[in-house]
Amino acid sequence: MTPYIVLSAVLFVIGATTVLVRRGAIVAFMGIELMLNAANLAFVAFARQNGDLNGQVIAFFVMVVAAAEVVVGLAIIVSLFRARRTVSVDDENLLRH
Amino acid sequence: MIPDVADGAMSSAEWVLFWVVAPIAVVAASALIFARRAVTATICMVATMVCLAVLYVALDAPFLAMAQVVVYTGAIMMLFIFVLMLVGVDVADSFTETIRGQRVASVVFSLGLAAVLIGAVARAALPDPAGIPASPSGGNPGGVAAVIFGDYPFTLELVGTLLITAALGAVVMTHRVRLTPRRGQRELSIARVKAGTQVTPLPAPGVYAGRNAADVPALDAMGGVIATSVPESLRARGQAQQIGAAAQPAFDAAQAPSALPPSAPADPAPSDGPAEPDEPAEPDGPAEPAESDSAAEPDEPAAADTPADEGGEE
Repeated sequence: MTPYIVLSAVLFVIGATTVLVRRGAIVAFMGIELMLNAANLAFVAFARQNGDLNGQVIAFFVMVVAAAEVVVGLAIIVSLFRARRTVSVDDENLLRH
Repeated sequence: MIPDVADGAMSSAEWVLFWVVAPIAVVAASALIFARRAVTATICMVATMVCLAVLYVALDAPFLAMAQVVVYTGAIMMLFIFVLMLVGVDVADSFTETIRGQRVASVVFSLGLAAVLIGAVARAALPDPAGIPASPSGGNPGGVAAVIFGDYPFTLELVGTLLITAALGAVVMTHRVRLTPRRGQRELSIARVKAGTQVTPLPAPGVYAGRNAADVPALDAMGGVIATSVPESLRARGQAQQIGAAAQPAFDAAQAPSALPPSAPADPAPSDGPAEPDEPAEPDGPAEPAESDSAAEPDEPAAADTPADEGGEE
C-alpha cells in the first residue's frame, strides 16, 4: 500500500503549495479540494491495508462534507466578487480600514 | 467487477495501472500551481479526480470510485467552472508577491512537508495488507451501506442536515435585495425617449466599411466613423478595429459645414445639423473610433429638440 500513501502525500503537498502560492481565491480553493482528495486516497488505501470498510465510509463522509463546503465557499466567493469586483485574496483587506 | 484478492497485496497488473495513472494525477495536480489561467487549473483538476477514481477501483472501492466521478468531477468541479464563468474567465491570476519572501517560504515549507510525510510513510513497516473482506450482500456498495446505515446512522443524518444547511446558506449569501424598482422594457423605452439621445437602435457594425466584422465600426454617409456601432463590450476591451486606411482619413468641418454628426443616421431630428456646428465631434470622431465619448458628444445638441420629440410622440 506504500505507493498509494506516497501518492497521497505528494498530492497533499501540491494542494498545500497551491493554497500558499496562488492569489486567486478559486484556485486556492481548489488546492483545499486537492488536499481533501489526498486524504481520501489515504483513507481508502488504509481501508484495504487493514481490511476494514470503515476507511471507505469515512472517505464517503469526507466527500459529502467537501461538497457542502464547496457550496458555501463558492457562495462566499461570488458575494465577494459582487461587492469588490475581484476574487484575489490579496485585495480582501476589508478589516484593515 | 473486482477479483477478490485474498491477501490484498498489489499484483503486477495493479503496479502497471498505478504507474500509468499516478504520474498523470501528479502532473495534472501540479497544474494547480503552474497554470496561469484558472480554467486550465480546473480542467487539470478534473483529470486528477478521474485518475483518483481509477485508483479507487484498483483499491477495491468501486462505490467510492463512482461517487468520486459523480460528486467531484460531475458536481463540484462543474460548480467551480460555473463560478469561474460568473466572475470572469479572462481574469489571469496575478503572480506578483505582496508579502516579501512569501513564495520562497511557501516552497521551503512545502518541501519540508513533503520530506516529513513521504519519509514517515516510506519508513513505516506496514504488515501485509489484509484486503477488503468479501461482503456478504451486494458486493462493495452493499458492504459500505451496511457500515453506513448500521454503524453510523446518526452521522448520516447529521451530514444530511449539513447539506441542507449549506444549500440554504448559499441561497442566503448570494441573495441580493433589490434596492431600486425593476426596469423593464417599457420603462427603458420611456427613459430613452425622454433623454432624447438615441431612440432608434444603434447602427450595425461594418456598414459601408471595408469589412462587416463585428469589430469594424460603421461609416456614415460622409465617411466618418460611427464608434457606437461597435458592440460596447468590444469597445470596453479596446478590441475595436481602427478604421484608418479603410475609411476616409479625416473629415473636416470646413469642407462640409452642414454635414450631419457621426451618429446622424440614427438622429431623430435632422434639423440640428446646421444649427449646431459640432466642433468637438468632427475631429474626434474619425481619430478615436474606440472611444464612446466622442460619439456621445454630438448627441448633446439633439437634447435641445426633445420638446419637439415628445410632441411628436404624444
